[in-house]
Amino acid sequence: MSQKTPIVTLTGVQKYYGDYHALRGITAEIGQGEFFSLLGPSGCGKTTLLRSIAGFEDLSEGQLLLDGRDMEGVPPNKRPTNMVFQSYAIFPHMNVAENVGFGLRRSSMSTEEKRRAVGEALEMVGLGKFGARAAHALSGGQRQRVALARALIMKPKVLLLDEPLSALDKKMREVMQVELIRLQREVGITFILVTHDQEEALVMSDRIAVMFEGEIAQLADPETLYRRPNSRRVAEFIGMMNFLPATVLPTGPGGGRVALEVAGLGRAELETAQCPGGAAIGEAEIGLRPESLTVLYEGQSAEGGREAEGTVREVVYYGDMTYYDILIDGAPSPVRVSMRNMPGRRVLDFGARARLAWDPRAMVLFC
Amino acid sequence: MRLNLLAIFAAVYLLVLYAPIVLLPLFAFNDGTVIAFPLRGFTTQWFAALLDTPALHQATFNSLVIAVSTAIFATILGLFAARAATRYGFPAKAGIIGFIMLPLVLPEVIVAISLLIVLMQLGLNSGTWSIIAGHTLICTPFAIAILQGSFANMDRSLEEAAVDLGETAWSTFRLITLPLVSPGIIASLLICFTISLDEFIIAFFLSGNEPTLPVYLWGQLRFPARLPVVMALGTILVILSVLLLVVAETFRRRGLKRAGLKDTGGFL
Amino acid sequence: MSGSLAKMMRSDAGKGLTLVSPTLIYALLLLAAPLASIVLLSFWTQLATVAGQAQFDRTLQLSNYREALTDPLYRALMLRSLRISGMVMLVTVVLAFPVAYFISFHVRPDRKSLWLFLITIPFWTSYLIRVFLWRVILAYDGPVNSGLLALGVIDEPLGWILYNANSVVITLAHAYAPFAILPIFVALEKIDRSLLEAARDLGESKAMTFLRVTLPLAMPGVLAAVLIVFIPTIGDYVTPQLVGGSGGTMIANNIHAQIFALNDRPMGATLAVLAMLIVAMVLLWGIARARFWLWLMDRAGGGFAGIGLALAVAVAEITVIRVAFSQGPALIGAGASVIALLLVATALSAFILWRLPKGRWGI
Repeated sequence: MSQKTPIVTLTGVQKYYGDYHALRGITAEIGQGEFFSLLGPSGCGKTTLLRSIAGFEDLSEGQLLLDGRDMEGVPPNKRPTNMVFQSYAIFPHMNVAENVGFGLRRSSMSTEEKRRAVGEALEMVGLGKFGARAAHALSGGQRQRVALARALIMKPKVLLLDEPLSALDKKMREVMQVELIRLQREVGITFILVTHDQEEALVMSDRIAVMFEGEIAQLADPETLYRRPNSRRVAEFIGMMNFLPATVLPTGPGGGRVALEVAGLGRAELETAQCPGGAAIGEAEIGLRPESLTVLYEGQSAEGGREAEGTVREVVYYGDMTYYDILIDGAPSPVRVSMRNMPGRRVLDFGARARLAWDPRAMVLFC
Repeated sequence: MRLNLLAIFAAVYLLVLYAPIVLLPLFAFNDGTVIAFPLRGFTTQWFAALLDTPALHQATFNSLVIAVSTAIFATILGLFAARAATRYGFPAKAGIIGFIMLPLVLPEVIVAISLLIVLMQLGLNSGTWSIIAGHTLICTPFAIAILQGSFANMDRSLEEAAVDLGETAWSTFRLITLPLVSPGIIASLLICFTISLDEFIIAFFLSGNEPTLPVYLWGQLRFPARLPVVMALGTILVILSVLLLVVAETFRRRGLKRAGLKDTGGFL
Repeated sequence: MSGSLAKMMRSDAGKGLTLVSPTLIYALLLLAAPLASIVLLSFWTQLATVAGQAQFDRTLQLSNYREALTDPLYRALMLRSLRISGMVMLVTVVLAFPVAYFISFHVRPDRKSLWLFLITIPFWTSYLIRVFLWRVILAYDGPVNSGLLALGVIDEPLGWILYNANSVVITLAHAYAPFAILPIFVALEKIDRSLLEAARDLGESKAMTFLRVTLPLAMPGVLAAVLIVFIPTIGDYVTPQLVGGSGGTMIANNIHAQIFALNDRPMGATLAVLAMLIVAMVLLWGIARARFWLWLMDRAGGGFAGIGLALAVAVAEITVIRVAFSQGPALIGAGASVIALLLVATALSAFILWRLPKGRWGI
């Protein structure tokens, strides 16, 4: 995930709609050939930011550079970006080939070259034989592919995708996720994806900007975002996380490490990297992903004796997995533990006592 | 049982709704000068009489000129307002659009008398052009209602997509917007044409010595001997209106289909 | 300065205003300006007609209004117009509701637009000829009378169905039928069908479900129908002229006579302004009272007690208005009594609309 030469540079971008402050100082660089995602709940400003890059919204303040060029006052039709719209915006009065070739109307290509370009674009998205098909006779997945081909044929420097998968059913969505990754690798164009689906962002992106209320809360690669969220809010938005109260002890072990007393678990020592939001002596919280807690069965014991005991409060059976809510003795609220179901491994009953193993390396500290 | 009663009521209602129109051809082909039962026999002489009535031809011509001009002007004004109303937010929007739509609920006689008095005070002679102006005023709300539907049915990102793919605002309007709202435009033209053709009060107040078809008809109603001819003319008018309506409805549905939408009801 | 103007023009508000301006300017020139000028003219007075040129006294005075409000002829004319429009509205809406209900609830979805189309077709055919045909239908020797005679229901032709207010009501109710059906139908279509199932599920009978769920939710449509029928009918000219006889003339006929026969344009303008004022005031009164009566009903705990109370208050107020209108002229003069009545009723309406929140019927 090395930082490549920036193709999009955002500096202090602000956007007001009347009194409503939609973007509150966005600063970021997006690299050449990167798959970049804007992730956040609805109303966080991610779509506004995308539309600002496309030129559909004027910036109230700040600067946007595309490929080093200031975009102030440049209309959407003059920008080196193209967009895949959430509704796909397939022109209903044109067939597939006319849709895909729409943007070539003003190019200097000959008719023959245009036809070839359209054919190649359709081939690329797997719709080689669909050129003559009417727009309204397409399925959701096919419309998405047409929209992609129509944008990519323009050879944009940046392809903008506004929730492109949200209109598809679950199966189709998974197919298109893989398809998009393949396409991006193939054409090498920078993709900027807007999504509210954290799983989608984690699967597809090189880097993700998590946005809340018009601000970027954290900008990082998927693994960092998942393992080291810098705030409780980001942690809650991305995947499932358990929180337990903890106290940062004044007598640290030194060497940049932090000593904690965690409710129900006891003493733990963390690396500074595990405190992305910083560490201050006093009350705090630690976060633990469900998969980093393990239920111990008879005869098993935890490494370093890091064990806790508790009562099963809820059992949710998923087939391949079982989720337990376990109230650890001494903890104020239950923690969720996910266990892979395996042959011969018994599913615990509601109300049973359980032993848990925990690992301080999986913890994140929030102050 | 309840359903049956309701269905019977609805059927009777529809029957009464059509009663006058059903009578029309009966008297138009009736071989008798009195518009009353019992009917006498079949004749087409009243239709033949229509052919040699020059005053009627002149009135028809006036009406057609007025209706065509009205349809065009009202649809153009409607396009501006409908586009502004569906696409943009602007200050006092509800008030402005409400004011433009006002003729829809204002008694026509008020529109007619206020226009007439202004013309009289300005010392201008009323005539065909003033009827066109009045009809455009009352038809514009209908045009807006129809076109607003067409614009609202169109996904806004279609236009954005065209701009994103390199088109200018004007070429986007020509390549995307116009083709997609054209069924609405045709429906609006037809509806405005029909309304103008049938409008009486404004034409009556403003026609001066250039009567429109309804004004001519009104004059004929005073002469009992002319009534069968009026019936014949009425029959033709009804058939033409129904034909126009069917065409307008077909275009409206085609527009919906083109926009990929389900049918949700009529014009109004 | 020019920069900020340019920015304003590029903003949504600027583009919207620019785009709407041709239509707006047209409406201002051909609607607002003429309306304003008839209001102005109504304060002038006619002097004489010299060689076809009308002469006006251009000082602003209320003499036309005084005449219109005190002369029993004008008073009777305006009351009759109001009564006929009110009847038309009532008949049209009451008859239209079951039809709209039938189409919305009992017609197969793919047939609905066909039904609506069938209902709108007669409306698009020549109004003049339709009205004239009602004269034929209702005539002394017309199909209604001859049919009833043949069936032995009556012994001699009915005289009261033509050339009076009744025939005007019948004809106008026919003409405005689609205007009443469409808004009610739209309101009924919007009702989420699961609401009705929920009401049944919670133990209500079919009839009570209709009264407690369907009817209140359809009320906005009924209100729209009331407005769309009541307002234009009060200004109708053709129907009273063709089928109304002398007992069925309405305000528009008199306006026409003032201008074309009597050549008294200021009086015509005055009557037109009064017609608009009457419509506005009656609607204000109706909306305010509907809200007030509903509020009373709820305060009394609903049910028959609530309906009774609201009904009693309604009847009482209407009686007071009628007495004031008929006895007022003898006590404090015709003009003063009308003005006093209007002021009190309108002030009350304004007070109700200001104090009471919007009720559950959306009015």
